[in-house]
Amino acid sequence: MAGTSEPVPGRPARVRGPAQDVAGLGVGRALGFVAPALLLIGAFLVFPAVWTIYIGITNYRLTGVEAVSPSIIGLENYTKALNDALFHNALWLTLLFVLGSAIIGQNILGFALAWTMRKARPAVRRTVEGLVLLAWILPSTVVAYLWIAFFDRDTGTLNSILGQQGTAWLIEYPMVCLVLFNTWRGTAFSMMLYSSALQAVPPSQLESARMVGASGWQTLRDVVFPHIRGHVLTNTLLISLWTANDFSPFLLTKGGPNHESETVPVYIYNVALQGGELGYSSAISFLLLIANLLVALLYLRLLRRRS
Amino acid sequence: MNPAYVVRRIGFYVLICAITLFFAVPMLWIASAPFDASPGLGVRWPDWTLDNVRKTLDHPYALHSMVNSLLICVTTAVAVTAFAALASYALSRVRIPGRDALLYGLLLLSSVVTGTAAMVPIFVMMFQLGLIDSRFGVALVMTGGLLPAAIFILKDFVDAVPKSYEESARVFGASTGQILRDVVLPVARPGLATILVWAFVNSWGNFLVPFLLIRSIDKQPGAVLLQTFTDEGGSANLSVIPVFSLLFSIPVVVLYLLVNSRYGFRFHGGIKS
Repeated sequence: MAGTSEPVPGRPARVRGPAQDVAGLGVGRALGFVAPALLLIGAFLVFPAVWTIYIGITNYRLTGVEAVSPSIIGLENYTKALNDALFHNALWLTLLFVLGSAIIGQNILGFALAWTMRKARPAVRRTVEGLVLLAWILPSTVVAYLWIAFFDRDTGTLNSILGQQGTAWLIEYPMVCLVLFNTWRGTAFSMMLYSSALQAVPPSQLESARMVGASGWQTLRDVVFPHIRGHVLTNTLLISLWTANDFSPFLLTKGGPNHESETVPVYIYNVALQGGELGYSSAISFLLLIANLLVALLYLRLLRRRS
Repeated sequence: MNPAYVVRRIGFYVLICAITLFFAVPMLWIASAPFDASPGLGVRWPDWTLDNVRKTLDHPYALHSMVNSLLICVTTAVAVTAFAALASYALSRVRIPGRDALLYGLLLLSSVVTGTAAMVPIFVMMFQLGLIDSRFGVALVMTGGLLPAAIFILKDFVDAVPKSYEESARVFGASTGQILRDVVLPVARPGLATILVWAFVNSWGNFLVPFLLIRSIDKQPGAVLLQTFTDEGGSANLSVIPVFSLLFSIPVVVLYLLVNSRYGFRFHGGIKS
């Protein structure tokens, strides 16, 4: 789903100056203008989110008796989640996925690209950035197929490069593959964010760091990092949130083999539509919603402080 | 030219080459396999032919799914743009009671209620509404999901439009309707075009919503049909999948290039998905 625009106004009305109804719209018609959008958002975004709370305390199922007349079972679904080894497995794998592909992979590769491309020739810069962006804008099913082909056991490109055959990467090392895949897929965002953040670093400070003979690493740590610290934090939060909610692992491995790559989104799908346990999967969805809410609140608070 | 400098330059270029290869190699397949006489999963210099293109066009569902994608995405993009335009104008110019809280709520919603977190209730809701297997239902869900972010991005555009245009039109006696149609709409056109393309590209690539809600293969959009091909596996599909992937990717890339060249790339976080 879509993220937020950046930078986001802290307090829109006051920062942007008072609204002036110059066209003479009036509050009544203004409400009429806002109403259709709010109705759609209410019906297809707010209502489902709130409804998860209710479904989550029932034993509603896709088929069978409970599909016709579900009954309220209180917090049973949540206590079940506490003892569900597969759910714990999903949480752990999501943590690995976020840590490996977002916090480490996309962040570091994105920054490295932004940093090195500053000094690169325009032609090199355009080519590299174009490729990174292409990885980002291609439809997810196409990208997933590209990687399935890349990792294939018999004729995949990776095995040809390594001059071997018979390693089924997606089956033997599913999480490593997913981390690589998502790093490739999402680095563009971090690259663009850090590119624009690096423009705020005063060139004079970089110059003086060079004059006093600071090494590259020292320059990064003492001159560049203090200027972009806020960006690093907000970027990390955003990409972590997106990665934790990413459904594309399903396209590559479907959570397999034997739950070895079943991150929380894939687990929710498998429990709900393969297992038919709508009540239980709603309870897990609600936990995911709460986690998203906490990250988003923290993100907005950080942005507000920065502006 | 001291040695340390040379070593650093070499290291620099090796790094750039490695990164470029990392991004390029998995993509090469989509350039070579569509035109290979016996396409496989590996990248190799193709044995040039256009046979696969003909086979793909002859496939009973391939072109059909593109039409489905087009139907769903045009509906979504137009609805998102129209409703977000109305809402963002009103929110930008009129102080509606509770406006700041509303904007904050929208901002939160756009990142908190993701497709994966809401898939179960959305599925149940559409199931009970009888909108399973309906392309219109898919467009409705996508519209609801994209609207909060669209309103936000578009409000940024409208906020940047000087109010003096509307003021002078009003001084000359234009009615509210005239001002909106003849002054605001033309000035806001770049913003509207951006949102239109943004919503289209987002819904074009969306896999989860149609995957949940569409059952019959003749109603599947391209994103889901490609997954259906993958699940079926087999070498028969290998002449169709590469060309189909390529055709399915072209609209997104073309639209991106178009927006980039006409309006320049405006950096909005999350503008992709």
